[in-house]
Amino acid sequence: MLEVISAFWSEYGGILLTGTRDTLVMVLISTLFAYLLGLPLGVALTVTQPHGICPSKTVNQILGWIVNIGRSVPFIILMVAIMPFTKLVVGTKIGVKGAIVPLVVSAAPFIARMVETSLAEVDAGVVEAAQSMGASTCQIIRKVYLPEAKPSLVLGGAISIVTILGYTAIAGTVGAGGLGDIAVRYGHQRFITSVMWVTVVILIIMVQIVQSLFGWLSKKIDKRLDTGAGKLTAFDLLSRLAHTK
Amino acid sequence: MIKLEHISKTFGDTGDGVHAVKDVSLEIGDGEIFGIIGFSGAGKSTLVRCINLLERPTSGSITVNGQKLTWMEKQADGKSCMRTVSPQELRQARKKISMIFQGFNLLMQRTCLKNVCFPMELSGVPKAQAEKKALELLDLVGLKEKASAYPAQLSGGQKQRVAIARALATDPKVLLCDEATSALDPTTTNSILALLKELNQKLGVTVVIITHQMSVIEEICTRVAILDGGEVAEEGRVEDIFAHPATDAARRLVYPGGVSAKQYPAGTRAVRVSFNGGTVYDPLIASLAIECGVKVNILGADTRNIDGKAFGTMLLLLPDDPNEAAKALSYIRSQPNITAEEVEYHA
Repeated sequence: MLEVISAFWSEYGGILLTGTRDTLVMVLISTLFAYLLGLPLGVALTVTQPHGICPSKTVNQILGWIVNIGRSVPFIILMVAIMPFTKLVVGTKIGVKGAIVPLVVSAAPFIARMVETSLAEVDAGVVEAAQSMGASTCQIIRKVYLPEAKPSLVLGGAISIVTILGYTAIAGTVGAGGLGDIAVRYGHQRFITSVMWVTVVILIIMVQIVQSLFGWLSKKIDKRLDTGAGKLTAFDLLSRLAHTK
Repeated sequence: MIKLEHISKTFGDTGDGVHAVKDVSLEIGDGEIFGIIGFSGAGKSTLVRCINLLERPTSGSITVNGQKLTWMEKQADGKSCMRTVSPQELRQARKKISMIFQGFNLLMQRTCLKNVCFPMELSGVPKAQAEKKALELLDLVGLKEKASAYPAQLSGGQKQRVAIARALATDPKVLLCDEATSALDPTTTNSILALLKELNQKLGVTVVIITHQMSVIEEICTRVAILDGGEVAEEGRVEDIFAHPATDAARRLVYPGGVSAKQYPAGTRAVRVSFNGGTVYDPLIASLAIECGVKVNILGADTRNIDGKAFGTMLLLLPDDPNEAAKALSYIRSQPNITAEEVEYHA
């Protein structure tokens, strides 16, 4: 068994490590840039709503259209369609660099909607209270909307990262590198299924880590949850069950 | 001073829209505790939200602290048109017009101290100075020890106290209370009202209270306006309105059960009895009958038993015989935690 593993590792270990690194780089950099675009877009969508703090029907409709168009083009088509634009921005259409542009373009509208949903959870009364104190639009965004929605935004972040991770696998099939590329080249084209399964396991582990980490963080920063004495812990539940007999 | 002149607010299109407020004019003096009462949908919330322009009136002029927030201007074609202050001026004006809400509206991700600091942050007050003042204000509302607690860890009454401390952070001239006690139980309501009264006396802040509970008005207001269908049905000193409610809307609010007065002949004497937290185990009507030998008729009652304490009002029909009526009145008035006022109860 050990021999099999060490043989596998000496043959494919390097490739898998490089693939994992490429995937991580793609995910992290595209998430960063997608949020740089998507977060303001989501905020703009929220505040320009008819009952928002800075209502503007025209801006809201235009942004809504842009986001909807971005969201309706499947990633693989978008990737091919914007290749000239990609080349213009990063100088290449392929590799990790070439994948980041379509990943950002595709994920930003998705993130905008995620942000919009998170901000919609902020109590309208709190926003109104801030208005009644003479807060400006900018102050309400910075001091009310974003901090109050933080736990929800963090959870949305996990969903966005996992979505982008899925996109990187698709990008891999058209020359972006990363784990998706390895899975297709080895598993599909050369029938080395073991490599494919290992990439699958690595992807699952990544998703698990992201989801638990962000879930934990979201709970930790959320002050709406009473962390005081009234809260039941798993231990309390177990000991209660033990005593019910 | 708050001066509202011919305020109207229509939601939707002017033709078939909902007229929430119709031509309301009110004047509220400095340092006054003014109540605006009405049933649900009477337009009272809309009206109070016009004072700080959270709701823009369709027409009318609003003057607060000597500054015109909206005013009517004659145009070249002879029609008049409403003008409002610039957004910057409005934001400045709002810093002197604070508001508290039924839902408290605290920032859930901030500690109490940081909630009170919030309006000062908006005005750019240095952090250390803001926190010092916030602590003083929390002390003023009796919650100094909760400074580092989060709103989720507080009870409703405590949340409203923090909201009041926050509202006072900018040294406002006016405090608007939009159903501020409606989500609270009667005991907590009384403590919040006592606090508002204390702040009014200590700081001289003008308080405008919106409520659907007559008990709130009775407890602290000096003057009251009764709103019905978006219009002011009656306005005046609280004692006068309670003693002689002239309109139907006022009667329905003042008299428990809202019994129509039309069936009683002129000269009918009635007394409105308020229970202010005495023990529920003292049977007032029965002891009145036994100890004074006077039988009274209950016209309507709205009383609640909260933790063994009686709250609410009762309307009693006094006997025709003036001696008996006087006896009954003096007996009722001699009871602890009960107040009684004779009212006109006929059409």
